[in-house]
Amino acid sequence: MKELSKKVEAIKPSGIRKFFDLVSEMEDVISLGVGEPDFDTPWHIRDEGIFALERGKTFYTSNLGLKPLRVEIANYIKRTQGIEYCPDNEIIVTVGGSEAIDIGIRAMVNEGDEVIIPQPSYVSYEPCTILANAKPVIINLKEENEFRLTAKELEAVITPKSKILILPFPNNPTGSIMTRENLEEIAKIVKKYDLYVMSDEIYSELTYSGKHVSIASLEGMQERTILINGFSKSYAMTGWRLGYALAPSSIIKQMTKIHQFTIMCAPTTSQYAAVNALKNGDEDVKMMRTSYNQRRRFLLNAFKEMNIECFEPFGAFYVFPSIKQFGMTSEEFATKLLKEERVAAVPGTAFGESGEGHLRISYAYSLDNLKIAMERFKNFIDKLRK
Amino acid sequence: MREELLSIIEKNSRIALKDLAVILCSDEITVANELAALENEGIICGYQTLIDWDKTTIEKVTGLIEVRVTPQRGRGFDSIAERIYNYPEVKTVYLISGGFDLLVILEEKSLREIANFVSDKLATLDDVLSTATHFILKKYKDNGTILSKKKDDEREIITP
Repeated sequence: MKELSKKVEAIKPSGIRKFFDLVSEMEDVISLGVGEPDFDTPWHIRDEGIFALERGKTFYTSNLGLKPLRVEIANYIKRTQGIEYCPDNEIIVTVGGSEAIDIGIRAMVNEGDEVIIPQPSYVSYEPCTILANAKPVIINLKEENEFRLTAKELEAVITPKSKILILPFPNNPTGSIMTRENLEEIAKIVKKYDLYVMSDEIYSELTYSGKHVSIASLEGMQERTILINGFSKSYAMTGWRLGYALAPSSIIKQMTKIHQFTIMCAPTTSQYAAVNALKNGDEDVKMMRTSYNQRRRFLLNAFKEMNIECFEPFGAFYVFPSIKQFGMTSEEFATKLLKEERVAAVPGTAFGESGEGHLRISYAYSLDNLKIAMERFKNFIDKLRK
Repeated sequence: MREELLSIIEKNSRIALKDLAVILCSDEITVANELAALENEGIICGYQTLIDWDKTTIEKVTGLIEVRVTPQRGRGFDSIAERIYNYPEVKTVYLISGGFDLLVILEEKSLREIANFVSDKLATLDDVLSTATHFILKKYKDNGTILSKKKDDEREIITP
Protein backbone atom coordinates (compact mmCIF):
# COMPACT_ATOMS: atom_id res chain seq x y z
CA MET A 1 0.00 0.00 0.00
CA LYS A 2 1.16 3.49 -0.70
CA GLU A 3 1.77 5.81 2.17
CA LEU A 4 -0.83 8.23 3.46
CA SER A 5 -0.50 11.96 3.86
CA LYS A 6 2.72 12.75 5.70
CA LYS A 7 1.32 16.02 6.91
CA VAL A 8 -1.73 14.43 8.45
CA GLU A 9 0.24 11.51 9.87
CA ALA A 10 2.52 13.98 11.61
CA ILE A 11 -0.36 15.62 13.44
CA LYS A 12 -0.78 14.40 16.98
CA PRO A 13 -4.25 13.18 17.85
CA SER A 14 -6.05 15.32 20.41
CA GLY A 15 -4.62 14.86 23.93
CA ILE A 16 -8.16 14.55 25.13
CA ARG A 17 -8.73 11.44 23.08
CA LYS A 18 -6.11 9.45 24.95
CA PHE A 19 -7.69 10.32 28.23
CA PHE A 20 -11.12 9.54 26.92
CA ASP A 21 -10.07 6.00 26.05
CA LEU A 22 -8.89 5.49 29.60
CA VAL A 23 -12.11 6.85 31.10
CA SER A 24 -14.41 4.86 28.89
CA GLU A 25 -13.14 1.60 30.38
CA MET A 26 -14.13 2.60 33.89
CA GLU A 27 -17.39 2.58 35.78
CA ASP A 28 -18.92 4.94 38.33
CA VAL A 29 -16.84 7.81 37.02
CA ILE A 30 -17.90 11.32 37.93
CA SER A 31 -16.86 13.46 35.04
CA LEU A 32 -15.75 17.06 35.13
CA GLY A 33 -14.40 16.67 31.64
CA VAL A 34 -17.04 17.88 29.23
CA GLY A 35 -16.80 20.95 27.08
CA GLU A 36 -20.53 21.29 26.47
CA PRO A 37 -23.53 22.54 28.42
CA ASP A 38 -25.54 20.16 30.60
CA PHE A 39 -28.79 21.91 29.72
CA ASP A 40 -31.06 20.55 27.04
CA THR A 41 -31.61 22.88 24.13
CA PRO A 42 -34.53 25.09 25.22
CA TRP A 43 -37.79 23.49 24.13
CA HIS A 44 -38.98 26.36 21.91
CA ILE A 45 -35.82 25.99 19.85
CA ARG A 46 -36.20 22.22 19.52
CA ASP A 47 -39.85 22.73 18.67
CA GLU A 48 -38.88 25.06 15.85
CA GLY A 49 -36.54 22.38 14.50
CA ILE A 50 -39.35 19.82 14.62
CA PHE A 51 -41.70 22.27 12.93
CA ALA A 52 -39.18 22.82 10.14
CA LEU A 53 -39.08 19.07 9.56
CA GLU A 54 -42.86 18.82 9.59
CA ARG A 55 -43.10 21.50 6.94
CA GLY A 56 -40.62 19.59 4.83
CA LYS A 57 -37.82 22.12 5.13
CA THR A 58 -35.32 19.47 4.28
CA PHE A 59 -33.43 20.90 1.34
CA TYR A 60 -30.05 22.59 1.04
CA THR A 61 -30.00 26.22 1.99
CA SER A 62 -27.90 28.77 0.18
CA ASN A 63 -24.16 28.33 0.76
CA LEU A 64 -24.04 31.28 3.11
CA GLY A 65 -26.99 29.97 5.13
CA LEU A 66 -30.67 30.93 5.38
CA LYS A 67 -31.17 34.60 4.77
CA PRO A 68 -33.49 35.06 7.81
CA LEU A 69 -30.81 33.47 9.97
CA ARG A 70 -28.11 35.79 8.62
CA VAL A 71 -30.40 38.73 9.26
CA GLU A 72 -30.94 37.59 12.86
CA ILE A 73 -27.20 37.11 13.34
CA ALA A 74 -26.63 40.65 12.05
CA ASN A 75 -29.29 41.93 14.49
CA TYR A 76 -27.73 40.02 17.32
CA ILE A 77 -24.23 41.37 16.79
CA LYS A 78 -25.62 44.86 16.35
CA ARG A 79 -27.48 44.75 19.66
CA THR A 80 -24.69 43.07 21.63
CA GLN A 81 -21.57 44.66 20.14
CA GLY A 82 -22.89 47.66 18.25
CA ILE A 83 -21.26 46.62 14.98
CA GLU A 84 -22.94 46.22 11.63
CA TYR A 85 -22.46 43.36 9.21
CA CYS A 86 -24.26 42.98 5.93
CA PRO A 87 -26.26 39.71 5.85
CA ASP A 88 -25.69 39.46 2.09
CA ASN A 89 -21.92 39.18 1.98
CA GLU A 90 -20.33 39.52 5.42
CA ILE A 91 -21.88 36.55 7.23
CA ILE A 92 -21.49 32.83 6.65
CA VAL A 93 -23.27 30.09 8.59
CA THR A 94 -20.99 27.12 9.27
CA VAL A 95 -21.02 23.64 10.75
CA GLY A 96 -20.14 24.71 14.26
CA GLY A 97 -17.52 27.28 15.12
CA SER A 98 -14.96 24.60 14.26
CA GLU A 99 -15.63 24.79 10.55
CA ALA A 100 -15.38 28.57 10.65
CA ILE A 101 -11.94 28.26 12.26
CA ASP A 102 -10.77 25.84 9.59
CA ILE A 103 -12.04 27.65 6.52
CA GLY A 104 -11.14 31.04 7.94
CA ILE A 105 -7.50 30.06 8.32
CA ARG A 106 -7.42 28.33 4.95
CA ALA A 107 -8.97 31.35 3.26
CA MET A 108 -6.26 33.67 4.53
CA VAL A 109 -2.86 31.99 4.68
CA ASN A 110 -0.21 31.24 2.13
CA GLU A 111 2.48 28.64 2.60
CA GLY A 112 4.81 29.65 5.39
CA ASP A 113 2.60 32.38 6.81
CA GLU A 114 2.57 32.45 10.56
CA VAL A 115 -0.53 32.05 12.67
CA ILE A 116 -0.09 33.25 16.23
CA ILE A 117 -1.88 30.99 18.70
CA PRO A 118 -2.06 31.82 22.39
CA GLN A 119 -2.22 28.67 24.52
CA PRO A 120 -3.72 27.09 26.55
CA SER A 121 -6.59 27.18 24.12
CA TYR A 122 -9.00 25.06 22.15
CA VAL A 123 -7.39 22.10 20.44
CA SER A 124 -8.07 22.82 16.79
CA TYR A 125 -6.22 26.04 15.95
CA GLU A 126 -2.82 24.39 15.68
CA PRO A 127 -3.75 21.41 13.49
CA CYS A 128 -5.93 23.60 11.25
CA THR A 129 -2.95 25.91 10.77
CA ILE A 130 -0.67 23.03 9.88
CA LEU A 131 -3.21 21.54 7.47
CA ALA A 132 -3.35 24.93 5.75
CA ASN A 133 0.43 24.79 5.21
CA ALA A 134 0.96 27.69 7.57
CA LYS A 135 3.18 27.79 10.59
CA PRO A 136 1.75 27.88 14.12
CA VAL A 137 3.55 30.26 16.45
CA ILE A 138 2.60 29.56 20.03
CA ILE A 139 2.39 32.14 22.78
CA ASN A 140 2.43 30.49 26.17
CA LEU A 141 0.04 32.49 28.28
CA LYS A 142 1.00 32.99 31.88
CA GLU A 143 -0.84 32.24 35.05
CA GLU A 144 0.36 35.48 36.67
CA ASN A 145 -1.52 37.35 33.93
CA GLU A 146 -4.56 35.17 34.60
CA PHE A 147 -3.94 33.66 31.17
CA ARG A 148 -4.74 36.88 29.33
CA LEU A 149 -2.75 37.83 26.26
CA THR A 150 -0.58 40.92 26.72
CA ALA A 151 0.62 43.30 24.02
CA LYS A 152 4.19 42.60 25.04
CA GLU A 153 3.83 38.85 24.57
CA LEU A 154 2.25 39.41 21.18
CA GLU A 155 4.85 41.87 19.93
CA ALA A 156 7.65 39.53 21.00
CA VAL A 157 6.65 36.83 18.47
CA ILE A 158 5.90 39.00 15.47
CA THR A 159 7.95 38.45 12.33
CA PRO A 160 7.45 39.65 8.75
CA LYS A 161 5.62 36.36 8.15
CA SER A 162 3.02 36.95 10.89
CA LYS A 163 -0.44 36.88 9.38
CA ILE A 164 -3.24 35.97 11.78
CA LEU A 165 -3.63 36.33 15.51
CA ILE A 166 -6.03 33.84 17.02
CA LEU A 167 -7.87 35.40 19.93
CA PRO A 168 -9.64 32.67 21.91
CA PHE A 169 -11.53 34.55 24.62
CA PRO A 170 -13.54 33.85 26.77
CA ASN A 171 -11.12 30.99 26.90
CA ASN A 172 -11.50 27.26 26.91
CA PRO A 173 -9.80 25.80 29.07
CA THR A 174 -8.81 28.61 31.43
CA GLY A 175 -12.06 30.60 31.66
CA SER A 176 -9.97 33.74 31.19
CA ILE A 177 -11.51 36.79 29.50
CA MET A 178 -10.11 39.94 27.89
CA THR A 179 -11.46 43.32 28.99
CA ARG A 180 -11.89 46.27 26.65
CA GLU A 181 -8.62 47.75 27.95
CA ASN A 182 -6.77 44.49 27.36
CA LEU A 183 -8.14 44.32 23.82
CA GLU A 184 -7.23 47.92 23.03
CA GLU A 185 -3.58 47.15 23.79
CA ILE A 186 -3.72 44.12 21.51
CA ALA A 187 -5.49 46.07 18.76
CA LYS A 188 -2.67 48.62 18.66
CA ILE A 189 -0.11 45.90 17.92
CA VAL A 190 -2.39 44.20 15.42
CA LYS A 191 -2.78 47.42 13.45
CA LYS A 192 0.89 48.34 13.78
CA TYR A 193 1.96 45.07 12.13
CA ASP A 194 -1.02 44.80 9.82
CA LEU A 195 -2.29 41.46 11.14
CA TYR A 196 -5.64 39.77 10.82
CA VAL A 197 -7.45 38.61 13.93
CA MET A 198 -9.52 35.49 14.22
CA SER A 199 -11.57 36.11 17.32
CA ASP A 200 -13.21 32.93 18.57
CA GLU A 201 -16.05 34.21 20.72
CA ILE A 202 -18.07 31.02 21.07
CA TYR A 203 -18.36 31.60 24.85
CA SER A 204 -19.31 35.27 24.49
CA GLU A 205 -22.63 34.87 26.31
CA LEU A 206 -20.97 33.19 29.27
CA THR A 207 -19.17 35.95 31.12
CA TYR A 208 -19.65 36.75 34.78
CA SER A 209 -18.19 40.19 35.31
CA GLY A 210 -19.93 42.36 32.78
CA LYS A 211 -20.66 41.95 29.11
CA HIS A 212 -18.25 40.44 26.65
CA VAL A 213 -16.42 42.88 24.37
CA SER A 214 -15.49 41.83 20.85
CA ILE A 215 -12.24 43.10 19.42
CA ALA A 216 -14.13 43.71 16.17
CA SER A 217 -16.02 46.50 17.92
CA LEU A 218 -12.83 48.51 18.49
CA GLU A 219 -11.94 51.25 16.08
CA GLY A 220 -10.38 50.08 12.86
CA MET A 221 -10.64 46.39 13.82
CA GLN A 222 -13.76 45.18 12.06
CA GLU A 223 -12.00 45.38 8.69
CA ARG A 224 -9.26 42.97 9.82
CA THR A 225 -11.22 40.59 12.07
CA ILE A 226 -12.99 37.31 11.50
CA LEU A 227 -15.44 37.06 14.35
CA ILE A 228 -16.45 33.49 15.06
CA ASN A 229 -19.41 32.56 17.18
CA GLY A 230 -22.13 29.93 17.24
CA PHE A 231 -25.06 28.38 19.02
CA SER A 232 -23.42 25.49 20.86
CA LYS A 233 -22.51 27.12 24.14
CA SER A 234 -24.92 30.03 24.49
CA TYR A 235 -28.06 28.09 23.58
CA ALA A 236 -26.90 24.61 24.58
CA MET A 237 -27.01 23.42 20.97
CA THR A 238 -23.75 21.49 20.54
CA GLY A 239 -25.27 18.58 18.65
CA TRP A 240 -26.99 20.86 16.15
CA ARG A 241 -23.56 21.78 14.77
CA LEU A 242 -24.12 25.39 13.96
CA GLY A 243 -21.77 28.34 14.03
CA TYR A 244 -20.98 31.39 11.98
CA ALA A 245 -18.27 33.77 10.91
CA LEU A 246 -18.54 37.51 10.43
CA ALA A 247 -15.85 39.18 8.37
CA PRO A 248 -15.23 41.66 5.58
CA SER A 249 -16.84 40.48 2.34
CA SER A 250 -13.43 39.91 0.71
CA ILE A 251 -12.66 37.21 3.29
CA ILE A 252 -16.18 35.74 3.40
CA LYS A 253 -16.02 35.40 -0.38
CA GLN A 254 -12.96 33.16 -0.15
CA MET A 255 -14.31 31.20 2.82
CA THR A 256 -17.53 30.59 0.92
CA LYS A 257 -15.63 28.79 -1.84
CA ILE A 258 -14.12 26.28 0.58
CA HIS A 259 -17.44 25.88 2.37
CA GLN A 260 -19.26 25.43 -0.94
CA PHE A 261 -17.01 22.62 -2.11
CA THR A 262 -16.59 20.80 1.19
CA ILE A 263 -19.78 21.35 3.18
CA MET A 264 -22.31 22.91 0.80
CA CYS A 265 -24.41 24.32 3.62
CA ALA A 266 -24.92 23.95 7.35
CA PRO A 267 -27.74 21.58 8.45
CA THR A 268 -31.08 23.07 7.39
CA THR A 269 -33.09 21.94 10.44
CA SER A 270 -30.51 23.50 12.72
CA GLN A 271 -30.64 26.76 10.83
CA TYR A 272 -34.40 27.08 11.24
CA ALA A 273 -34.12 26.30 14.94
CA ALA A 274 -31.32 28.86 15.30
CA VAL A 275 -33.50 31.66 13.93
CA ASN A 276 -35.82 31.01 16.84
CA ALA A 277 -32.90 30.85 19.28
CA LEU A 278 -31.73 34.33 18.32
CA LYS A 279 -35.23 35.76 18.34
CA ASN A 280 -36.56 34.25 21.55
CA GLY A 281 -33.61 32.81 23.45
CA ASP A 282 -32.41 35.71 25.59
CA GLU A 283 -34.22 34.54 28.72
CA ASP A 284 -32.82 31.04 28.38
CA VAL A 285 -29.31 32.36 28.04
CA LYS A 286 -29.78 34.47 31.14
CA MET A 287 -31.09 31.52 33.13
CA MET A 288 -28.15 29.32 32.09
CA ARG A 289 -25.62 32.05 32.78
CA THR A 290 -27.01 32.56 36.29
CA SER A 291 -26.84 28.86 36.93
CA TYR A 292 -23.24 28.53 35.65
CA ASN A 293 -22.23 31.46 37.79
CA GLN A 294 -23.58 29.77 40.92
CA ARG A 295 -21.60 26.64 40.16
CA ARG A 296 -18.52 28.66 39.33
CA ARG A 297 -18.66 30.24 42.79
CA PHE A 298 -19.19 26.84 44.36
CA LEU A 299 -16.11 25.36 42.69
CA LEU A 300 -13.89 28.34 43.40
CA ASN A 301 -14.88 28.16 47.04
CA ALA A 302 -14.30 24.41 47.15
CA PHE A 303 -10.78 24.80 45.79
CA LYS A 304 -10.08 27.66 48.14
CA GLU A 305 -11.13 25.51 51.09
CA MET A 306 -8.80 22.77 49.87
CA ASN A 307 -5.95 25.27 49.58
CA ILE A 308 -5.66 24.73 45.87
CA GLU A 309 -4.62 27.78 43.94
CA CYS A 310 -7.08 28.90 41.34
CA PHE A 311 -7.37 32.34 39.77
CA GLU A 312 -10.92 33.55 39.37
CA PRO A 313 -12.07 32.93 35.81
CA PHE A 314 -14.82 35.19 34.52
CA GLY A 315 -15.84 33.36 31.37
CA ALA A 316 -16.89 30.08 29.74
CA PHE A 317 -17.69 27.20 32.14
CA TYR A 318 -14.26 26.12 33.29
CA VAL A 319 -11.99 26.69 36.21
CA PHE A 320 -8.30 25.99 35.79
CA PRO A 321 -6.80 25.22 39.20
CA SER A 322 -3.08 24.76 39.71
CA ILE A 323 -1.91 21.40 41.00
CA LYS A 324 1.78 22.30 40.98
CA GLN A 325 2.07 21.89 44.77
CA PHE A 326 1.68 18.13 44.36
CA GLY A 327 4.81 17.76 42.26
CA MET A 328 3.13 15.79 39.51
CA THR A 329 2.52 16.54 35.85
CA SER A 330 -1.06 17.34 34.89
CA GLU A 331 -1.36 14.03 33.16
CA GLU A 332 -0.04 12.04 36.12
CA PHE A 333 -2.35 13.90 38.45
CA ALA A 334 -5.41 13.48 36.25
CA THR A 335 -4.69 9.79 35.69
CA LYS A 336 -4.22 9.11 39.39
CA LEU A 337 -7.33 11.12 40.27
CA LEU A 338 -9.29 9.08 37.80
CA LYS A 339 -7.96 5.71 38.93
CA GLU A 340 -8.15 6.33 42.66
CA GLU A 341 -11.22 8.50 43.07
CA ARG A 342 -12.97 8.03 39.74
CA VAL A 343 -13.12 11.69 38.93
CA ALA A 344 -12.36 12.62 35.34
CA ALA A 345 -10.81 16.02 34.69
CA VAL A 346 -8.80 17.01 31.65
CA PRO A 347 -5.05 17.63 32.07
CA GLY A 348 -4.13 21.22 31.22
CA THR A 349 -1.54 20.00 28.74
CA ALA A 350 -4.30 18.80 26.41
CA PHE A 351 -4.64 22.49 25.50
CA GLY A 352 -0.97 23.29 25.06
CA GLU A 353 2.25 22.94 26.99
CA SER A 354 1.54 26.05 29.03
CA GLY A 355 -1.38 24.19 30.57
CA GLU A 356 1.14 22.08 32.49
CA GLY A 357 0.49 22.11 36.21
CA HIS A 358 -3.22 22.71 35.74
CA LEU A 359 -6.46 20.81 35.32
CA ARG A 360 -9.46 21.89 33.34
CA ILE A 361 -12.51 21.46 35.54
CA SER A 362 -15.81 21.96 33.79
CA TYR A 363 -18.82 23.18 35.72
CA ALA A 364 -21.35 22.20 33.12
CA TYR A 365 -22.80 19.84 35.73
CA SER A 366 -25.49 20.02 38.37
CA LEU A 367 -24.52 21.34 41.77
CA ASP A 368 -25.20 17.91 43.28
CA ASN A 369 -22.81 16.34 40.82
CA LEU A 370 -20.14 18.93 41.54
CA LYS A 371 -20.52 18.37 45.27
CA ILE A 372 -19.82 14.66 44.98
CA ALA A 373 -16.88 15.37 42.68
CA MET A 374 -15.38 17.85 45.12
CA GLU A 375 -15.74 15.38 48.00
CA ARG A 376 -13.83 12.82 46.01
CA PHE A 377 -11.28 15.42 44.98
CA LYS A 378 -10.75 16.30 48.63
CA ASN A 379 -10.23 12.64 49.57
CA PHE A 380 -7.64 12.43 46.85
CA ILE A 381 -5.56 15.42 47.86
CA ASP A 382 -5.86 14.55 51.56
CA LYS A 383 -4.17 11.25 50.73
CA LEU A 384 -1.52 13.03 48.68
CA ARG A 385 -0.75 15.44 51.46
CA LYS A 386 -0.28 12.72 54.11
CA MET B 1 -30.14 38.56 45.68
CA ARG B 2 -33.80 38.02 46.57
CA GLU B 3 -34.89 36.87 43.13
CA GLU B 4 -31.94 34.54 42.68
CA LEU B 5 -32.37 33.12 46.19
CA LEU B 6 -36.04 32.42 45.58
CA SER B 7 -35.43 30.77 42.25
CA ILE B 8 -32.84 28.45 43.82
CA ILE B 9 -34.91 27.36 46.80
CA GLU B 10 -38.03 27.06 44.72
CA LYS B 11 -36.26 24.14 43.04
CA ASN B 12 -34.38 22.85 46.06
CA SER B 13 -35.45 23.99 49.50
CA ARG B 14 -33.09 21.55 51.19
CA ILE B 15 -29.93 23.20 49.95
CA ALA B 16 -27.54 23.89 52.84
CA LEU B 17 -27.19 27.44 54.07
CA LYS B 18 -23.45 27.22 53.55
CA ASP B 19 -23.86 26.27 49.88
CA LEU B 20 -26.45 28.99 49.38
CA ALA B 21 -24.05 31.57 50.76
CA VAL B 22 -21.27 30.38 48.43
CA ILE B 23 -23.26 30.25 45.23
CA LEU B 24 -24.92 33.59 45.91
CA CYS B 25 -21.53 35.14 46.68
CA SER B 26 -22.77 36.17 50.13
CA ASP B 27 -22.37 34.92 53.71
CA GLU B 28 -24.48 32.62 55.82
CA ILE B 29 -25.80 35.29 58.17
CA THR B 30 -27.01 37.51 55.35
CA VAL B 31 -28.70 34.60 53.60
CA ALA B 32 -30.31 33.37 56.82
CA ASN B 33 -31.64 36.88 57.52
CA GLU B 34 -33.00 37.18 54.03
CA LEU B 35 -34.75 33.81 54.32
CA ALA B 36 -36.26 34.84 57.66
CA ALA B 37 -37.44 38.11 56.13
CA LEU B 38 -39.02 36.26 53.20
CA GLU B 39 -40.81 33.98 55.63
CA ASN B 40 -42.03 36.89 57.74
CA GLU B 41 -43.32 38.74 54.74
CA GLY B 42 -45.27 35.67 53.72
CA ILE B 43 -43.36 35.37 50.46
CA ILE B 44 -42.02 31.99 51.44
CA CYS B 45 -45.18 30.22 52.58
CA GLY B 46 -43.79 26.80 53.34
CA TYR B 47 -41.30 24.10 52.40
CA GLN B 48 -42.85 21.01 50.91
CA THR B 49 -41.75 17.80 49.33
CA LEU B 50 -42.75 16.75 45.86
CA ILE B 51 -43.77 13.09 46.05
CA ASP B 52 -44.74 10.80 43.23
CA TRP B 53 -47.30 8.75 45.18
CA ASP B 54 -47.86 6.48 42.20
CA LYS B 55 -44.48 4.91 42.87
CA THR B 56 -45.51 3.96 46.41
CA THR B 57 -48.07 1.39 47.55
CA ILE B 58 -50.13 4.14 49.12
CA GLU B 59 -53.36 4.84 47.29
CA LYS B 60 -54.09 8.45 46.49
CA VAL B 61 -56.70 9.85 44.17
CA THR B 62 -56.64 13.43 43.03
CA GLY B 63 -59.82 15.14 41.98
CA LEU B 64 -60.03 18.40 40.11
CA ILE B 65 -63.40 20.06 40.61
CA GLU B 66 -64.75 22.96 38.64
CA VAL B 67 -67.17 24.92 40.78
CA ARG B 68 -69.63 27.60 39.67
CA VAL B 69 -70.79 29.83 42.51
CA THR B 70 -72.84 32.95 43.18
CA PRO B 71 -70.58 35.71 44.36
CA GLN B 72 -71.80 37.59 47.42
CA ARG B 73 -72.45 41.26 47.58
CA GLY B 74 -69.51 43.13 49.04
CA ARG B 75 -67.37 40.01 49.53
CA GLY B 76 -67.15 38.68 45.99
CA PHE B 77 -65.88 35.11 45.93
CA ASP B 78 -63.80 35.33 49.09
CA SER B 79 -66.25 34.02 51.63
CA ILE B 80 -67.43 31.07 49.55
CA ALA B 81 -63.79 30.26 48.76
CA GLU B 82 -63.05 30.34 52.47
CA ARG B 83 -65.89 27.96 53.24
CA ILE B 84 -64.40 25.52 50.76
CA TYR B 85 -60.71 25.84 51.59
CA ASN B 86 -61.37 25.33 55.29
CA TYR B 87 -62.05 21.66 54.63
CA PRO B 88 -58.72 19.96 55.42
CA GLU B 89 -59.08 17.50 52.53
CA VAL B 90 -59.04 20.41 50.05
CA LYS B 91 -55.49 20.89 48.83
CA THR B 92 -55.88 23.84 46.52
CA VAL B 93 -58.47 26.48 45.70
CA TYR B 94 -58.03 28.92 42.84
CA LEU B 95 -60.34 31.63 41.54
CA ILE B 96 -60.36 31.14 37.81
CA SER B 97 -61.43 33.16 34.81
CA GLY B 98 -63.52 31.45 32.13
CA GLY B 99 -66.44 29.03 32.21
CA PHE B 100 -66.43 28.42 35.96
CA ASP B 101 -65.31 30.27 39.06
CA LEU B 102 -63.35 28.12 41.48
CA LEU B 103 -60.96 25.28 40.82
CA VAL B 104 -60.78 22.95 43.79
CA ILE B 105 -58.17 20.22 44.03
CA LEU B 106 -58.79 17.39 46.40
CA GLU B 107 -56.64 14.49 47.44
CA GLU B 108 -58.27 11.42 48.93
CA LYS B 109 -57.72 7.70 49.33
CA SER B 110 -60.45 6.67 46.90
CA LEU B 111 -62.84 7.86 44.22
CA ARG B 112 -65.71 7.30 46.62
CA GLU B 113 -64.32 9.68 49.17
CA ILE B 114 -64.00 12.38 46.56
CA ALA B 115 -67.50 11.70 45.32
CA ASN B 116 -68.79 11.92 48.88
CA PHE B 117 -67.04 15.21 49.43
CA VAL B 118 -68.58 16.68 46.33
CA SER B 119 -72.10 15.44 46.93
CA ASP B 120 -72.25 15.90 50.72
CA LYS B 121 -70.18 18.97 51.36
CA LEU B 122 -69.50 20.97 48.24
CA ALA B 123 -72.70 20.71 46.20
CA THR B 124 -74.86 21.36 49.24
CA LEU B 125 -73.38 24.79 49.91
CA ASP B 126 -75.97 27.45 49.21
CA ASP B 127 -73.82 29.54 46.91
CA VAL B 128 -72.61 26.62 44.80
CA LEU B 129 -74.53 26.51 41.53
CA SER B 130 -72.86 23.50 39.94
CA THR B 131 -69.79 21.27 40.02
CA ALA B 132 -67.88 19.17 37.49
CA THR B 133 -65.42 16.64 38.85
CA HIS B 134 -62.37 15.35 36.96
CA PHE B 135 -60.13 12.59 38.23
CA ILE B 136 -56.44 12.75 37.51
CA LEU B 137 -55.33 9.57 35.79
CA LYS B 138 -51.60 10.14 35.59
CA LYS B 139 -49.26 12.91 36.58
CA TYR B 140 -46.59 13.53 33.98
CA LYS B 141 -45.17 16.73 35.35
CA ASP B 142 -45.85 18.36 38.68
CA ASN B 143 -44.57 21.71 39.86
CA GLY B 144 -42.06 21.92 37.04
CA THR B 145 -40.66 18.45 37.65
CA ILE B 146 -41.11 15.62 35.17
CA LEU B 147 -42.17 12.64 37.23
CA SER B 148 -42.03 9.75 34.84
CA LYS B 149 -38.34 9.31 34.16
CA LYS B 150 -35.02 10.31 35.54
CA LYS B 151 -32.78 11.63 32.85
CA ASP B 152 -29.30 10.25 32.44
CA ASP B 153 -26.37 12.37 31.41
CA GLU B 154 -25.93 11.23 27.84
CA ARG B 155 -22.96 13.40 27.04
CA GLU B 156 -19.60 11.87 26.24
CA ILE B 157 -17.50 11.76 29.40
CA ILE B 158 -14.73 13.91 27.99
CA THR B 159 -15.06 16.42 25.17
CA PRO B 160 -12.82 19.28 24.10
